[in-house]
Amino acid sequence: MQWFLQQLINGLALGSIYALIALGYTMVYGVLGFINFAHCDVLMLGAFAASFLAAPVARVLAPQSYCGAAVIILLAAGLCALIGMLIEFLAYRPLRRRPKLTVLITAIGVSLFLEFTCQHPAVFGAATRPFPKLIPQRDCQWRGLSFNTNDIGVLLVTVLLLVALWWVVRRTRIGVAMRAVSFNESAAALMGVNINRVISFTFALGSALAAVAGVFYAMRAPGIEPLMGVQPGLRAFTAAVVGGIGNLPGAALGGVLIGLLETFAGGIPGLSDYRDGIAFAILILILLFKPAGLLGKAQVEKV
Amino acid sequence: MIAGSRRWLLAALAAAFAVSWFSPHYNRYYLGVAMDVGIAVIMAVSLNLINGHTGQFSLGHAGFMAVGGFTAAKLTMLTSNAFFPLSLLVGGLMAACVGLIVGVPSLRLKGDYLAIVTLGFGEIIRVVFQNSQAFGAATGLTGIPKLTTLFWTWGAAAVTVYVVTSLVNSTYGCGFICVHDDEVAAAAIGVSPTRYKVTAFVVGAFFAGVAGGLYAHHKQVMQPDGFGFIRSIDFVVMVILGGMGRTAGVIAAAIVLTLLPEFLRVREFASYRMIIYSLLIIGLMMARPQGLFTFGKKSASSV
Amino acid sequence: MPVNRPNTTRFHARRRLRPVIALAAAMLAAGCNKSNEPSSADVIKVGEFASLTGKEATFGVSSHEGTLLGVEQINAGGGVLGKKIQLLTEDDLSKAGEPATSVNKLISRDGVVAILGEVASSRSLEAAPICQQSHIPMISPSSTNPKVTETGDYIFRVCFIDPFQGTVMANFAAKTLKAKKVAIFTDVKSDYSIGLAKFFKAGFAATGGQIVAGLDYNGGDKDFKAQLTAIKSASPDAVFIPGYYTDVALICIQAKELNLTVPLFGGDGWESDQLVKIGQDAVEGEFFSTHYAPDVATERSRQFVASYRKRFDGKTPDAMAALGFDSVMILADAIKRAGSTDGAKIRDALAATRDFDGVTGKTSINEKRDATKPAVILQVKDGRFKYVETVNP
Repeated sequence: MQWFLQQLINGLALGSIYALIALGYTMVYGVLGFINFAHCDVLMLGAFAASFLAAPVARVLAPQSYCGAAVIILLAAGLCALIGMLIEFLAYRPLRRRPKLTVLITAIGVSLFLEFTCQHPAVFGAATRPFPKLIPQRDCQWRGLSFNTNDIGVLLVTVLLLVALWWVVRRTRIGVAMRAVSFNESAAALMGVNINRVISFTFALGSALAAVAGVFYAMRAPGIEPLMGVQPGLRAFTAAVVGGIGNLPGAALGGVLIGLLETFAGGIPGLSDYRDGIAFAILILILLFKPAGLLGKAQVEKV
Repeated sequence: MIAGSRRWLLAALAAAFAVSWFSPHYNRYYLGVAMDVGIAVIMAVSLNLINGHTGQFSLGHAGFMAVGGFTAAKLTMLTSNAFFPLSLLVGGLMAACVGLIVGVPSLRLKGDYLAIVTLGFGEIIRVVFQNSQAFGAATGLTGIPKLTTLFWTWGAAAVTVYVVTSLVNSTYGCGFICVHDDEVAAAAIGVSPTRYKVTAFVVGAFFAGVAGGLYAHHKQVMQPDGFGFIRSIDFVVMVILGGMGRTAGVIAAAIVLTLLPEFLRVREFASYRMIIYSLLIIGLMMARPQGLFTFGKKSASSV
Repeated sequence: MPVNRPNTTRFHARRRLRPVIALAAAMLAAGCNKSNEPSSADVIKVGEFASLTGKEATFGVSSHEGTLLGVEQINAGGGVLGKKIQLLTEDDLSKAGEPATSVNKLISRDGVVAILGEVASSRSLEAAPICQQSHIPMISPSSTNPKVTETGDYIFRVCFIDPFQGTVMANFAAKTLKAKKVAIFTDVKSDYSIGLAKFFKAGFAATGGQIVAGLDYNGGDKDFKAQLTAIKSASPDAVFIPGYYTDVALICIQAKELNLTVPLFGGDGWESDQLVKIGQDAVEGEFFSTHYAPDVATERSRQFVASYRKRFDGKTPDAMAALGFDSVMILADAIKRAGSTDGAKIRDALAATRDFDGVTGKTSINEKRDATKPAVILQVKDGRFKYVETVNP
């Protein structure tokens, strides 16, 4: 029982991170219709940004404080939002009218570019570097279960961000605009929606979420390197598809699901070596029985 | 006009044989690169059948290569060197079987979903080989005899090109383009999308398996790690750059993209190699997305 | 009814084959010289292939820096046989399939007399058959998988192999840690880790101990809590983690978070100052085996550490760097003893290496072309590696 509960805690914490990343994937897909492969690298950039910001912020505010951590995360998220918008402007906007496959390949190109540029010794280098402690971490034991302040923190922040995102999408004008663009881009344009602004905003939002996820991921495993985003990115977009791509609650649900399943499977001696393949196996099974994903609506195609 | 292309096939085979006869006199490095090019051509043309002609987006092609390579290598090592042609064939057939398994879920999925499922299958194949003791687990198979020659690689490439183009240009083969253009319309006129999609996967997988077998007996080592997502991307980029569905373009792209990293291997550029490569991908997508090597008339069905 | 398409078959066939034939002809013309580029009269070309970029770049760069330092020192001292050594390095991108091309290029196009490389056994295994077939000696600085040198008589290594290292740690666990039940946490993506785990298991069973849990992870993973929870519920006395330091540091951190307080120990993959930089308090007090210990330093290794620090901005060399250095030193020594750069003669001289005074200890090449060397066990104390004991073969 204890094993089960402990794995539950582990899985929820991991799943929250996947959920944050999956939200970004699913938003971009909903609005633009393609999978942004470079999203996982924005995660990495967020973690690196936070690691560089830690020292200066610690000089201004107190080192290792909650306040300082919040500031660092906000700054990192803001920086990555800008980077996301830049990527969209440079790489995806010129290709707006092109077939989706072209954009997909460009996204792959951008992802590879970011990864290899960061691996260059003049930039970050390929070596894993330590991630500074942002907040004093307290490990708690309760009835034999171990969890720490990071786990609680990531769960709280994820829920908070989900609610905030839901509010933005459902209750604000820009949210309405996002939904309009995802239904029908040309009609939205005709209705006076500034498509460029909406898309930039979507990217900014998604990238900011990825940055937050990146910082929490780095807090959980304080060794960062340019390729750190690849694995969580893969799991997260699997999660996005499992939940029904384009569907926000679906992405969150998918993230938590994948996190839990991966954790439980990983803890079983025979299965732990197949951990990489487990997320995909789940994906294939779910898509076989529910092709639109768990919460997705089957698109009725009019012919 | 099959007689015409059959003549070309025989000419190509004869030329490959003649050139290969003088192999011992060639510089080993260039010989190796020439064989790499031949293998890349087979992979690109076989993927082109799935991605280009039939319009399915498969991101797991390296998985078929792995299946073929491991099977062929194991067979040759268990029996004898003389078994080589048969090993290649069996490798191809095993890969074709896996292609069937991958093709079946593809029936229900489209576009990005299909891309991720094929990616998932590719990763699952890699994970299975990584954990299978019979194939050497993480170490893979070593000490595979060097049986691949210029004749086998270029000969197989010629056969692949011949089979794929003859298939697509035949009456039966018009179905592929039909399914690519509009699945619903195809079904309406009696062209079964199911049959064509699965055929594309099976034939594509077969040749990828043969290429894998050639690769195994060329590098003399088969490791599961080298056949993941990044490998598949290499081939997808070749197909995209060559113009999806244009065999001539795809072959040219395969040749160039295999040779380019070698030219960029010059000492000063070594650390910039992958960065330049990724920028090339992005730049080409923006400037000439119909593929770099498409000359002549743009047929209605090409992207 | 065939669709009204232009007669593409013949059209395409001709166009298809023309560029191909042209290319083949060009390649033949370029490649028609079987002979290697002639070595200039006053340099000895030595090839090196390493992972300078990609997943295992840290090891490759370390090893390369050690080798580079060695070459510079040799050349500063006048070179070998009156000639300077020219080090030609190829990056294999940490990718399978690349070592073969790199080594082919070094041997066939650049005409090197020997090859140094690689750190990762999987990539050494790929290059070894090529070196063997071309009769070019190959020295691996730190590949520990036994299969590497089994490829042929031209393949050598200057480090110990996993069967030895596994037994060393198994005995250490039984005698010093007094562990009766051990859990093993293996990196299933690394044949180094799998090999070391296998030999540890055999050695530990021989001491009468019991393996209570065997879990796996994939190298590069960042989350290990799932497996660590399973290990914890098996209540081992100690956990053997035969992996690489980047993963090990994170594993130790997460193990402590899960309140897994038993000793954690491992092999030479732990050795790097990054282990302490990343792991900090979590790795304090843990043990591992490796090739040399900075604080039992001989004069030789002290000199090496000082010159490495000076050359590379104050970085402390790790075992990969030290072995990279030793590999080129032993090669130079062999060339000197052989009196020529002929492959067969270098091979014989390498095989006859006895008690070479290397940075990583006295190195002798045995009949299996592996190095018979002692292993040292270190403990992490106050953020540094403290020497515990030496185990002789």
